[in-house]
Amino acid sequence: MELDAATLIADGIKYAGAGLACTGMGGAAVGVGHVVGNYLSGALRNPSAAAGQTATMFIGIAFAEALGIFSFLVALLLMFAV
Amino acid sequence: MATETDTHGETAGHAADAVQGAADTAHGAADAAHGAADAAHGAAESVGMPQLDFSTFPNQIFWLVVTLVVIYLILTKVALPRIASVLSERQGTITNDIAAAEELKLKALEAEDAYNQALADARAEAHKIVAEAKADIQADLDVAIGKADAEIAAKAAESEAAIGEIRAGALDSVRTVAKDVAKDVIAAMGGKADAKTVNAAVTAQMKG
Amino acid sequence: MATEESGGLVFHPMDQFVVKPLFGDGPVYWYTPTNVTLWMFLSVLAISLLLVVGTRGRAIVPNRVQSIAELAYGFVYKMVEDVAGKDGVRYFPYIMTLFMFIVFSNFLGLLPMSFTTTSHVAVTAILAMAVFLTVTILGFVLNGVGFLNIFWIRQAPLILRPILALIEIISYFVRPVSHSVRLAGNMMAGHAVIKVFAAFAAILAISPFAIVAITAMYALEVLVSFIQAYVFAILTCVYLKDALHPHH
Repeated sequence: MELDAATLIADGIKYAGAGLACTGMGGAAVGVGHVVGNYLSGALRNPSAAAGQTATMFIGIAFAEALGIFSFLVALLLMFAV
Repeated sequence: MATETDTHGETAGHAADAVQGAADTAHGAADAAHGAADAAHGAAESVGMPQLDFSTFPNQIFWLVVTLVVIYLILTKVALPRIASVLSERQGTITNDIAAAEELKLKALEAEDAYNQALADARAEAHKIVAEAKADIQADLDVAIGKADAEIAAKAAESEAAIGEIRAGALDSVRTVAKDVAKDVIAAMGGKADAKTVNAAVTAQMKG
Repeated sequence: MATEESGGLVFHPMDQFVVKPLFGDGPVYWYTPTNVTLWMFLSVLAISLLLVVGTRGRAIVPNRVQSIAELAYGFVYKMVEDVAGKDGVRYFPYIMTLFMFIVFSNFLGLLPMSFTTTSHVAVTAILAMAVFLTVTILGFVLNGVGFLNIFWIRQAPLILRPILALIEIISYFVRPVSHSVRLAGNMMAGHAVIKVFAAFAAILAISPFAIVAITAMYALEVLVSFIQAYVFAILTCVYLKDALHPHH
C-alpha cells in the first residue's frame, strides 16, 4: 500500500501543478485584454486609421495568447503525459 | 490484484495470479467489481490524451499530407484561376462601363452645348428679324410720314391760296361796299359826288 | 478525466478526439482510413463545393455562394498583400490552402458528433513545421547568409545585440511550437469545455445554466474557429515577410 500512497500523493501534486499552471492563462487574458483595449481606445481617437491596424492587433493578440497556450500545454502535459 | 500484492511478489506472474484467483473465489463480487474498475481505469490511462497517442500520428500525418496536396491542386488548378479571372473580368466590365458612361456623359454635354448654341443662334436670328422688321416698318413709316407731310403741306398751301383768294375777294368786296356806301352817304347828305373822287378818297382811306 | 463512479456524472471530454478506424476495430496503421480521413475528406469536399462548384457560373453579378468564395479569395489575398508585401503574393495559393483547410476543419469540427482534425497536435504540428521549414529554406535561398540578419538587430545598442540575438533565436525556434499548439489548444480546449458543460446538463438543478453555457461557448467557438484560422494564416504571412525581407 505504500506504493499506492506514494502514487496518490504524486498524482495529487501533479493535479495541483496542473491547476497552478492554469493560472498562467489569466496572464494571457490580461495581455489580450490590454492589446484589444488599447487598440479600441486608439481606434476611437482616430477611427480612420483603425481599419489598417486590425491585422496588427490580431498579430499582437496571437503573440500574447501564445504564452497562455503554453501554460495550458503544461497543464495538459502534467495531467496526461507525465 | 492490489489485495494480493502483499503476499505475492511481482515474480509470481500471471499463472500464479490465476491460480490464486481460482482459489480465492470467496472474495466474490466486490473483488470482481474492483478489478473491472481497475481495468477501465487502465484503458483510460492507455488512451490518456488522444492527442498524445503517438501510434495514430503516422495515420494523421499521412492523411493530412494527402488532404493538403489535394486542396492545393484543386485551388491552383481550378478554383483560384477561375476566381481571379472572374474578378478581373468584373473589374474590366466595371472599367468599361465607367468609360462608356464617361463617353455618354461627354456626348450628353456635347448635345447640351449644341442645344445651347442652337438656342443662342435662334435667339440672335430672332433679334435680327425683329430688328429688320423694325427697320422696314420704320422705313415704311418714314416714307408714309413724308408723303403725308407733303400732302399736308400741299393741302395747307392750297388752303392758304384759297384763303388768300377769299381774303382778296373779301377786300375787294369791302372796297366796293365802302365806295357804294360812301356814294350813298354823300347822296343822302344832298351832296353831289363825283364817282371818281369818292373812289379815290375811299381807296386812300382804306390804305391808311 | 476519469470515470466518476459515485455521483452518476460521466466526464468524457477527451473521447471526441480519439482516432478510430472507420471500418472494424483493428489497429491504426498509417494507411488505415480513420475518422481523420473522413473529416479531412469532408473538408476537401466543402472547399470544393465552395470554391469550385460555387463559382462554376463565372457570373459577373455573383450569386451568394460565389460571393462567399470571392470574399474568401479577396480576404486572404488582401491579407497576404498587406502583411507579406507585394512579392509575397507569389505564395498566396500556399497560404490560401492552409487557411481554407483550417477554417473548414474548425467549422466542421463544430458539428455535433464530429471529429476536429485541427485539434490534434500531430496535424497542426505538421502544418506549422511545413510553414517553419518553408520560411527558413526560402529565407536562405532568397537572401543567402543575409537571412541571419533577422537575429542581429542593428537598431539596438551593440552591447545588447548578442543578448537580443539569443532571444530572437529562441523565439524563432519556438515559433512552430506556439504556432501549432495555439491552434490545437484552442480547438481542443473549446470542445472539451463544451463537453464538460454537456456532462453537467445531466444534473437537473444546474442543467438550464449548463445549456445556456453550452450555447454561449458554442457561439464563442464559432468565433474562435474563424479567428484561429485567420491568426494561423496571418502569422504565416508574418513569417513569410521575415523570409522575404530579413532586414528589420
